[in-house]
Amino acid sequence: MITSRVEKLRQQSLQAENRISAERALLVTDFYKSKTAVGQPAPVQRGHCLLHIFQHKSICINPGELIVGERGPAPKATPTYPEVTLHSLHDLEVLHNRPKVSFKSDESVRQAYRDVVIPFWEGKTHRDRMMNRMTPEWKKAYAAGIFTEFQEQRAPGHTVLGNKMWNKGMLDLLNDIEESRRCLDYHNDTSISIKLDELEGMELAAQALIKLADRHADELDRLAEASADSQRKIELQQMAAICRKVPARAPETLHEALQHYWFIHLGVITELNPWDSFNPGRLDQHLLPFYQRDLAEGRLDREQARELLHCFWIKFNNHPAPPKIGVTALESNTYTDFALINLGGVKTDGSDAVNELTYLLLEVIQEMRLLQPSSMVQISKKNPDRLIHKTLDITRTGFGQPSLFNTDAIVQELMRQGKSPEDARHGGASGCVESGAFGTEAYILTGYFNLTKIFEITLHNGFDKRTGQQAGIASGDLSTLDTFDRLMKAFKEQVNYFVDMKIKGNNLIEGLFATHLPAPFLSLLIDDCIANARDYNAGGARYNTSYLQGVGLGSLTDSLTAIKLHVYDRKTLTLESMVKALDNNFADYEELRRMLVFKTPKWGNDDDTADNHAVEIFNIFFNAVDGRPSPRGATYRINMLPTTCHIYFGQVTGATPDGRLAGTPLSEGISPVQGADQHGPSAVVRSAAKIDHIKTGGTLLNQKFTPSFFDDPESYKKLTALIRSYFRMDGHHIQFNVVSADTLRDARQHPEKYRDLIVRVAGYSDYFNDLGEDLQEEIIRRTEHHGD
Amino acid sequence: MNGIVFDIRRYSVHDGPGIRSTVFLKGCPLRCFWCHNPESQATGITKIRKTETLDGKSTIADENVGYSISDQAVVNTILRDRLCYEESNGGVTFSGGEPLLQPDFLLSMLRMCHEEGIHTAVDTSGFASREIFTRVAEATNMLLLDIKTTHGNKHLEATGQNNKVIVENLKSLNNPNLQLIIRIPLIPGINDTREELSASLQLLQSIRQPVERVDILPFHRLGQHKYEALGLLPSPKLPNHHATPNTREAISLFNQAGFWVKEGG
Repeated sequence: MITSRVEKLRQQSLQAENRISAERALLVTDFYKSKTAVGQPAPVQRGHCLLHIFQHKSICINPGELIVGERGPAPKATPTYPEVTLHSLHDLEVLHNRPKVSFKSDESVRQAYRDVVIPFWEGKTHRDRMMNRMTPEWKKAYAAGIFTEFQEQRAPGHTVLGNKMWNKGMLDLLNDIEESRRCLDYHNDTSISIKLDELEGMELAAQALIKLADRHADELDRLAEASADSQRKIELQQMAAICRKVPARAPETLHEALQHYWFIHLGVITELNPWDSFNPGRLDQHLLPFYQRDLAEGRLDREQARELLHCFWIKFNNHPAPPKIGVTALESNTYTDFALINLGGVKTDGSDAVNELTYLLLEVIQEMRLLQPSSMVQISKKNPDRLIHKTLDITRTGFGQPSLFNTDAIVQELMRQGKSPEDARHGGASGCVESGAFGTEAYILTGYFNLTKIFEITLHNGFDKRTGQQAGIASGDLSTLDTFDRLMKAFKEQVNYFVDMKIKGNNLIEGLFATHLPAPFLSLLIDDCIANARDYNAGGARYNTSYLQGVGLGSLTDSLTAIKLHVYDRKTLTLESMVKALDNNFADYEELRRMLVFKTPKWGNDDDTADNHAVEIFNIFFNAVDGRPSPRGATYRINMLPTTCHIYFGQVTGATPDGRLAGTPLSEGISPVQGADQHGPSAVVRSAAKIDHIKTGGTLLNQKFTPSFFDDPESYKKLTALIRSYFRMDGHHIQFNVVSADTLRDARQHPEKYRDLIVRVAGYSDYFNDLGEDLQEEIIRRTEHHGD
Repeated sequence: MNGIVFDIRRYSVHDGPGIRSTVFLKGCPLRCFWCHNPESQATGITKIRKTETLDGKSTIADENVGYSISDQAVVNTILRDRLCYEESNGGVTFSGGEPLLQPDFLLSMLRMCHEEGIHTAVDTSGFASREIFTRVAEATNMLLLDIKTTHGNKHLEATGQNNKVIVENLKSLNNPNLQLIIRIPLIPGINDTREELSASLQLLQSIRQPVERVDILPFHRLGQHKYEALGLLPSPKLPNHHATPNTREAISLFNQAGFWVKEGG
């Protein structure tokens, strides 16, 4: 049941327009001009900066809401982060006018930018510092579209709240900081002063959040005073009392816990613009004690709990991702902020974690049908099938959530990386599909890696046709690539060259964040930053990982299979003529293209002729990346996910030997090339499981089903069996798009009729109408599997 | 041993319990005018016209229907989905065409599947010699047997063959280890009257072999585009509509007689 209060708030959230708010940019500029900022070490400066924002930002309390706090002055009023990246007036205009996911800005925003923000920050942002340091080789590769750089416009984040903060308040953290200070080794530790600075920054950040809550309490008191509605007056008074308690002290009731988290969330996403916003992680685990206590003590019933959770959900939806500039708008043409709620899975002792709240939260997801927060269900072999069935109940409605993850694989992945069993079991997936130990790990995604493009460059001896530059190394011209093994060796050399370059660049960027933009607030939350007196951005977390995300596995696999079969085995054509056909984008090579598309084995059909190449590519990429250290003490790992980057990477990649035309999308995640899988979903999952998922930090597999596939209970059982089979083979994740192609075509014709149509894009969901035409087209094309 | 197969379809969910792989054996002695797989009727390897569309441009080429494959190769493909069968209590279904038309090939594959612990089903018209029918019924876990009409002449008219052999084969069954599922495709003008269905019901009530379930298959025109690709004309007897109006009636008729009935397969 959705109460009328919730329905109003939900509608308000759905109808709110994305706007740029200059408030934060002005406050940050104001702060950096002040005396407090001058001459301070970075962590202290950042702590003061957050305090300054929270002392002065406007307080927004929406009518009827039970959980309070907005990052901007109103729902969907989105701040900018000029210390990281600076929008030009032109950027603001593009954001204002673009047809998809626009962010409106009015004259006051433009004026603030023109007169205050741009003059102060021009040339002094993180992005400027970073671009100044990058080598010409890096810039050439970046321009060629070999890789992207996550930390170019957004801060590192990629982490999730663990258990600690559900049992502690900011005052407890201040004690922890004091304790850490006491334990410092003044005799031997050479970094004592840096540590003291960091702890001071954390202290300021904790006080900043208390300040924010106090100001909300004051405003709630004022509203209560003025309220003519006696019932709302009582609510407002209760909410004021809650805001005076949390986040300073640990929460004790469900309402307090939700408000407590929400203030923490605002702290993280205001301090900086970290990737993947932030999220409460294993929500059904964290909230259970509060819920049970409230029920036992008669404080609320299941329906009242539901209403609070509804209100909580809506807060996430009020917060789109901060808009970026330039190339990254193409890499990820989505502005949801990837808060992925985890349900199900196992407890830290390894036992089945599913509880009554798991099912209540699934109902909340179904009832809210909001883009954010996104949701996923962890499925362990220990979880009952009922959990899968209840999840499919939602999936079948075409909402695209929740996606399904394999707990047992995630735990193995994390343990392979060196986490303790307990920390691994207290993990899950965040963002799209990335595995992490919640509350203890900084697992930072560094960028997408265009494997297919690297192969194109290999076929041109390192030259990139599109930019007209030598982007790679000279790995041998075509005449030297006279065996398939020599071709693969050349490809491997190019991959190693670009991975090396990418990692060098990242290590540098990592240092820039550690030095100039530490995150003392985020450091409060993630263990063991306080105990280590070391910032989250400087390796303070218990576990530190840096990921490189491989893109184009399906497209590249099919390309290698085609070349091996037609050029080297059957010798139907020479490598030179193949490359010529590719350079001509198959113009005048229609027959060849048909042979490549229709008469060549493809990834996703459980055919080893093709699938072995996927394994080979995977291993080359894995060996190039896995285990390499970073200066902050992290280890580089791989995962296989594209977000929407396979579209951008497709745009910069010429025609490929699988028959794909230049500029068209690459395959996404580890899914087969769109439409190439023709032997049903069991063959797809068998193919997908041939790469070793346990050696990754996440893979993404998309399967589209029409609604008819969910018609009867029998089909639920069969889908469940498919999921269980894939997970027995260590598959990391699978998601179902449940729509008919006709529905989608109609949605393109009549977008106005489908404003609520959400589709799963790649590890997350988005409004179909908000997707670019090419992405819409691709989703329509993805094979519809009919079991008949 | 080799046989002629025209398709192996995985994650097949309507041809028996659980997730199954369905092996389609080529060749059929019947010529049902509504046949959804007309390309499977002729024995041996035949041709069909195939249209391939790429970026809106179509080309037409002849393509083989059916290929020769060894029993072991078929079973190797079947085994690939073992996990799915285990998770769903599924297995393999041999269909056609008419699988009993290649009895040695079929029996060999049934034996190999059982050695691997894979549940087997055979989807048959029942039109085969008693000896072959009995051997297959003994070698498989499940039989999916079509009953079109009990009326001999009508059967002849609809399928090109008399049904005497089929009825006698059905009556001969008496095997406690066999799961028998009767499939009744509702064909307008052939068996969609109450009299026809009642006659089929009486037949089922008269046999010794217990019937596990009756599947009522509503009429549809799927597969008709294939006739053209084969250079054939769809049968003029074929009605134009998809749904048979009396599907519900048929279901309740068998239901009331105490059978477990399922719509579709």
